[in-house]
Amino acid sequence: MSSVADSSKVGAPSFVANLQKVLQQNIREYGMFVALFVIMAIFTITTNGIFISSRNISNLINQTGYIAVLAVGMTLVIVIRHIDLSVGFLSGFLGALAAIAMANPEVIEGGLNLPAVVVIPMILVLGILTGLITAFLVAQLGIPAFVATLAGWLGYRGALQLVTARTGTIIIADETFNALSNGFIPDIFAPDTGPLPGVHKLTLILGVLAIILINVSQINDRRKKQAYGFEVLSNDIFILKLVFISALTAGITWIMAGYNGLSWTVVIVLGVVIVYDFVTSQTVLGRHIYAVGGNPEAAQLSGVNIKTITYVVFCSMGMLSALSGILYASRFKSATTTAGNLFELEAIAAAFIGGVSPAGGIGKVIGSIVGALVMGSLSSGMNLMGIDISLQYIVKAAVLAVAVIFDVATRNRGR
Amino acid sequence: MSTPILEMRNITKEFPGVKALNNVSFRVAAGEIHCLVGENGAGKSTLMKVLSGVYPHGSYSGEILFGGQVQTFRNIRDSEHVGIAIIYQELALIPEMTVYENIFLGNEIRRGPTIDWNETIKRATQALQKVRLNVNPATKVKDLGVGKQQLIEIAKALSRDVKLLILDEPTSALNEDDSENLLSLLRDLREHGVTCIMISHKLKEVLAIADTITVLRDGQTICTLDAQGGQVSEGVLIKHMVGREIDNIYPKRERQRSGEVVLDVANWSAYDPALGRNVLKDVSFNVRRGEIVGLAGLMGSGRTELALSIFGNPDGYRVDGRITLKGRPCHFTHPQAAIAAGVAYVTEDRKGDGLILIQDIKQNITLANLRGIAQRGVINANAEVKVAEDYRTSLNIKTPSIEQRVGNLSGGNQQKVSLGKWLFVKPDLLILDEPTRGIDVGAKYEIYTLMTRLVQQGLSIIMISSELPEVLGMSDRVYIVSSGRITGELPIEEATQERIMQLATN
Ligand SMILES: Nc1ncnc2c1ncn2[C@@H]1O[C@H](COP(=O)(O)OP(=O)(O)OP(=O)(O)O)[C@@H](O)[C@H]1O
Ligand SMILES: [Mg+2]
Repeated sequence: MSSVADSSKVGAPSFVANLQKVLQQNIREYGMFVALFVIMAIFTITTNGIFISSRNISNLINQTGYIAVLAVGMTLVIVIRHIDLSVGFLSGFLGALAAIAMANPEVIEGGLNLPAVVVIPMILVLGILTGLITAFLVAQLGIPAFVATLAGWLGYRGALQLVTARTGTIIIADETFNALSNGFIPDIFAPDTGPLPGVHKLTLILGVLAIILINVSQINDRRKKQAYGFEVLSNDIFILKLVFISALTAGITWIMAGYNGLSWTVVIVLGVVIVYDFVTSQTVLGRHIYAVGGNPEAAQLSGVNIKTITYVVFCSMGMLSALSGILYASRFKSATTTAGNLFELEAIAAAFIGGVSPAGGIGKVIGSIVGALVMGSLSSGMNLMGIDISLQYIVKAAVLAVAVIFDVATRNRGR
Repeated sequence: MSTPILEMRNITKEFPGVKALNNVSFRVAAGEIHCLVGENGAGKSTLMKVLSGVYPHGSYSGEILFGGQVQTFRNIRDSEHVGIAIIYQELALIPEMTVYENIFLGNEIRRGPTIDWNETIKRATQALQKVRLNVNPATKVKDLGVGKQQLIEIAKALSRDVKLLILDEPTSALNEDDSENLLSLLRDLREHGVTCIMISHKLKEVLAIADTITVLRDGQTICTLDAQGGQVSEGVLIKHMVGREIDNIYPKRERQRSGEVVLDVANWSAYDPALGRNVLKDVSFNVRRGEIVGLAGLMGSGRTELALSIFGNPDGYRVDGRITLKGRPCHFTHPQAAIAAGVAYVTEDRKGDGLILIQDIKQNITLANLRGIAQRGVINANAEVKVAEDYRTSLNIKTPSIEQRVGNLSGGNQQKVSLGKWLFVKPDLLILDEPTRGIDVGAKYEIYTLMTRLVQQGLSIIMISSELPEVLGMSDRVYIVSSGRITGELPIEEATQERIMQLATN
């Protein structure tokens, strides 16, 4: 008995020291996940587990989706030292256009009766075009983004009211379209048959695949680094990391599989995150974006075309605004006159909670998604607890402030 | 040594992965000019930041005694309070404000709740007199040259009744006249009882002005020398600084001027719409393969503008004239195009427009040539590390890791990162703008050796420099620039300091 305790003690200090070092170096990155985890844990306790129920989590994600995609785009906009205030009403406006395009001309004037598969790409392209306009004002004419997009905020708000003035709320009948924010991926077995009745089998399978993929790629990556002779995490920490990621993925998968499986919103948001994370962290384009944010003059002298980058970032923002509008309209199966109100500020808040620096050049896409989830969890959890909406705002204010204080503190420490 | 005004005992300061100061002790006598020298990254700036409270008490170990009392500064305000003022290399003035506003910024003269502007202007005028600067205190700081701005910083310190004045590389951005002026001002202040600590890499001026010299190396005090009476020579200092002797800092090489013309610039003029005047007028010059061409001139003579206007014209000058690169006429509208054609430009202001301080060393080194480590737009992270490691070794960049933020490096090491970045572009023509500003002798020697190696490999170099010995020591040919014109061309045999200065000022 005592010998066992002793032997574990011998290995312990270096492991603990190692862990401490890794945690300290990455405190900002892990801090967000920890915060999200703590918030979720608190709500799980205060709601007697309702919060963490499969059904609620599924709902939470479907509700966060349209802010999350905006937050991703906003991250890049803030990274290159701009801001986009127009995205909220732009998303509302484009959602309304989508509704009109799908509407029956006999019911809604101007309706085109187009199917969702045509309308969705059309709206996304329209989003990109609006991004071109913003980028033209900012990059070509040199108008500060704050002012240019404030004009956009007014303009799109007007446009939204204009197209919905006659009809008010436009109901969307297209089932495919509405499934985007309400539907789930199909299962390979009919529900309640096969093993594990009531659990979504395809989701489970995808989850297992994801775990395998993550582990394999992490191990490969480490091997490659070792082959180059670079420093890597020590063995025990690396295994701990893999176990942790795997357990987390497994847990999430299990929760999702418990209620209809993966929703389409999750699939879409995951897709956006994977693509954007890849582009920002692994490509030349991504590096150029961070260079422009970090020091525009130096970037320009290094051969980075600032105008091009500005165009790319605002067009991406436009496209994601369109996506957000689609998700929102789909969520409520309708387009309303006030759709998109304040989305821009929620997206900006999510980005800041996620660690984006207002000075530019710093901020990760994943962080902003976590930020959006933090905000979404707060709403969902406090709603479940029946907390008054006015108090909810105050709590969110505190969380935003604390996140930014934490950010500043951890950043200065490294100096 | 008379009574010390300052004593720093056993100071140790660590950053993650770096021991910047290791048990340093440092004594300064009252009323002396004490110079602090040492290689890049030796810890000079860090020591001064510890002293002035930038790094608060508790973030380092050791003891500070000032005026006989133990001091525990929590911030700069605390140190200002007891009469310590520090002037950083990067000036901390607000360009849009007037001289008098700047001098009393943070120390406003109040009458009741409001600022007493009349008294402010009166006292600002007095402070300006003390530094012998003859400008209208209502001038905006942005309208003054660096030399005058430097003096305003000192006036600001004097307005607070300073006992110990610290200057971190004050002359690195000044021309000879301004430097001379500054040094004589420091002597003046000494007469009035102000103690001075000056950090500098210019050993000549150190020897000219110092009463005492302390040498730091690798975070440790190597020695403190009495410099009065001229027993200390440059050679001795260098030996203490770098730990070995360097006889001839300019490496020998075959002078080269028969290669084919790589760059030919003809009748080149540039109009700056922001300034509303011509910054370059009818400039013609050429550079041959394997040649180092020096561009000499005073600060503000238009050398940087010339380089920029050739290098893709990022400031949007209206240009006119012909550029021929490797026999092909060309007209670059963006630095991107210039880089693609094989031109690289190492800026003079590495912090302002050279480097991305919040990014790490490897990201900075690869930025101008990401395609060199990417396939179809996707960066190979391992190749990137490899490249950065190579330059770290070959340029001898002092850092615990290539993942260190560039903003955390010492000035000289930042310069090396900047050089590495442009060497990775693999250029045919390298334009160096003040390549050794703020660099220690050892590193200078390394950079000169590197330049020599590069031209032997067939690269051509344009070197803009305000340090005449460097121009004379390294160039094959010298062009002299004055007020946007080329006023002379001298083969190196005919170039002397006097000839160059004469052409530069006419
Ligand atoms: N904030 C920081 N974080 C990490 N390392 C730092 C930081 N500041 C300085 N260092 C390191 O401490 C060492 C001493 O730096 P310091 O700036 O004092 O050098 P220096 O003697 O002033 O050099 P130079 O002549 O180049 O200005 C260097 O290795 C530098 O990289
Ligand atoms: Mg320094």
